Amino acid sequence: MKITPDHIIYWQWEGFNLNATIVFTWLVMLVLVLISWLATRNLVVKPKMSRWQVSLEVVIGFIREQIREITQQNPDPFIPFLGSLFLFISLSNLLDIIPGFRPPTGSLSTTAALAICVFFAIPIYGISRIGVKKYLKQYLEPSVLMLPFNIIGEFSRTLALAVRLFGNIMSGSLIAGILLIIAPLFLPVIMQVFGLLIGQIQAYIFTILATVYIASAAQAENELQMKKGKEGSENNE
Amino acid sequence: MSSVDLIAVASIFTAGITMAIGSIAPAIGEGLALARALGAIAQQPDEANTITRTLFVGMAMVESTGIYCLVISIILIFANPFWNYILSQ
Repeated sequence: MKITPDHIIYWQWEGFNLNATIVFTWLVMLVLVLISWLATRNLVVKPKMSRWQVSLEVVIGFIREQIREITQQNPDPFIPFLGSLFLFISLSNLLDIIPGFRPPTGSLSTTAALAICVFFAIPIYGISRIGVKKYLKQYLEPSVLMLPFNIIGEFSRTLALAVRLFGNIMSGSLIAGILLIIAPLFLPVIMQVFGLLIGQIQAYIFTILATVYIASAAQAENELQMKKGKEGSENNE
Repeated sequence: MSSVDLIAVASIFTAGITMAIGSIAPAIGEGLALARALGAIAQQPDEANTITRTLFVGMAMVESTGIYCLVISIILIFANPFWNYILSQ
């Protein structure tokens, strides 16, 4: 039994293995790029806009509103990174409904790569917001004794991000496989639907946690507090 | 008992015991979190959006210890490195 798509190898050339994870990651990237290109081909501000543009605007508006509510800051600098994270994880978990597709997030290498991106994004956003000195000073809070724990926490939360996403997605497809042995008729279908829900929740949680980490590193006292836009945030969930 | 039997017995037993012990604490933690969140929603139904979102994120963090146990027991059963090593000899 293969628990990760890493072990399905399509093509091999001098130590380079083209496995299912890479292929399906490329597929998800291709779908995302294609949809974005189709939707942003001719953007208009008139009321008569294309369906592609409306649907993409809904998604971006939702992400913006969530980030604004959590960080209480202007969401624009965070949108490119966090939005891509959410869309990638969400789409790769959603495409699980296609037979034969193995979600690339069910492989520890993909989730570790995403978590390492977050790991490096935290100091980049933090330093660009509040400067090197203030950022490094955060490690000495509340006292110097906490320095090793702060550093360990930095690594352990990266590990936790990676293993959480991997464990949830991998166990979802694995439980469906095990249930096929016990009750092959209806139960696996229900578990697959449940797995889709879990996939979306995990994509949401991964992005929210990344947002919280980045925002907590980029907190500045003299930050211009955003006026909390209440309208539109009520009917999102 | 040969070493193959020993590895099989130890792996299966450990996988079961990992799930059994490792799921206690996350279950209690999630129950407490859910109870508190329901109480909070009952008191302030207007804030249900914020409470639900925080509850989801918090539960995912609580749940992660349980997920670690699940990953370890699945590795022990389906992708056991010691088992593969002893079979390759």
